[in-house]
Parts: sequence; structure tokens; C-alpha cells
Amino acid sequence: MSQHGPVTVRLQAQDFDVAAETAALVRGRRDIGAVVAFTGLCRGSDAGEPIAAMTLEHYPGMAEAEIGRHVAEAANTWPLLGVTVIHRFGRLVPGDNIVLVLTAAAHRHDAFAAAEFLMDYLKARAPFWKHEERPGGGRWVDAKETDHAAAERWRAPRRRRDAAE
Amino acid sequence: MKILYFAWLRERVGRTEEEIEPPADVATVGDLIAWLAGRGEDYAHAFANPRVVRAAIDRTHVKADTAIAGAREIAFFPPMTGG
Repeated sequence: MSQHGPVTVRLQAQDFDVAAETAALVRGRRDIGAVVAFTGLCRGSDAGEPIAAMTLEHYPGMAEAEIGRHVAEAANTWPLLGVTVIHRFGRLVPGDNIVLVLTAAAHRHDAFAAAEFLMDYLKARAPFWKHEERPGGGRWVDAKETDHAAAERWRAPRRRRDAAE
Repeated sequence: MKILYFAWLRERVGRTEEEIEPPADVATVGDLIAWLAGRGEDYAHAFANPRVVRAAIDRTHVKADTAIAGAREIAFFPPMTGG
């Protein structure tokens, strides 16, 4: 996408600032008409049970590569003008940010679709694992079949670059 | 070759990484899982259900029937739960 816009992929322990990241993505640009921002946050309960904290483990090197591959695929599918993906790792407490996806495009449909595609793939394919602190002790989060299905639905039929223009 | 373990596979095996030299008849990722499972109680526990074990060769997702020849780094981990 380098000819279309900047790509930023960062894995970090520290928090991110959605407004600052959005400003950095659009600074000096006159071609961007839409920015979609998705922020995933750490929840304090699941199915009625409290979660005190979660620790995100990741595979350094592969996580960046895998996210980069999906950003490239998104850029080949929709006419994007910039993408930022930031994923945190380490111990997070309820209310903390986990992940940020920003997609910039001339028009909203492309930005919405690309952001949803990237999140669906991040959940199912990016090498991160959540370990929750629950009242009964620690437990690894099981992968959800719905997350797998959400990623699979993008495979076919192939999305279009031109339909929403 | 270097083997990496993540999440509950890491906990069950009891290590984050190791260098191994599997015998020549260990040709695929599935073969390697079966061979590792035979290395002791901890490994048998970690690889008890190969259906829920995912693998990557040199930081790219692969299937159980992928050949391991030439691999520098093979990682094993459960289904991913990021995002």
C-alpha cells in the first residue's frame, strides 16, 4: 500500500491514544474521506463471571508478520489510503485498551469493510493468546467457533475492490 | 531445528523453546507432533489432542501435512485468541 498511504503495525505493552493515532494517520492528507477506528477493550466479566485481569501472550516476529500479511491483503482488496494496527501484550485489566485498527479510505464503505476484515482475521489468525484471571484461578481463553467462522466468511465469495466506488 | 511453544502448550511442555534433531522419518508437522508426544509425560499431555494444536514454520501458519524439511523454526500453539 506504500503508494497509497502509510501502514503502521505495532505490538506494545503500553497503552495507545486513539485520537493521536488518528491524527497521525490523516495529517497533511486531502484525499482521505473516511477513517474507521475499532478499539477492542478488556472486559470485566464473561458469562456472569468476573475477570480480574488478562495476560496476552504473543509470538514475537510472527505476530507482526501475520498482521502485515493481512494488512497487505486488505490493501489489495479495498482502495485504502492508510492503515494502523496496534495490538497490546502483557497484563491488562478491565477497561484497558487491547487492540486498535484504523482504516482510511476515500469512502466509508471501504474503510468499514477493511476494518471488519482486519479484526476478524486478527482474532482468528494473529498469534496471540489470552489468559484470564477468574475467581477459580487462571484459564486460557478457548477460541470461539464464531470467531473462526467470522474470518472464514471473507474467503468466498471474494470481495470486490470496485463495487462500492 | 528450533521448536517454540506458546500458551498452554508452553505450560504443559514446561519450556518456551528447545533445539531438537528429529529422526529422518519425521517428515511432516503431524509426524513431528507424534514424535514429540513420545518424549515423555509432559509432551504426551501437551500433544494429547493434536486436533487443537496449531503450527507455524518460520513464522507462517502451516497444516499437519506440511513437510518440515528445511525448517529453521517450528512453533506449536493452541488456536489463537487475540483481538
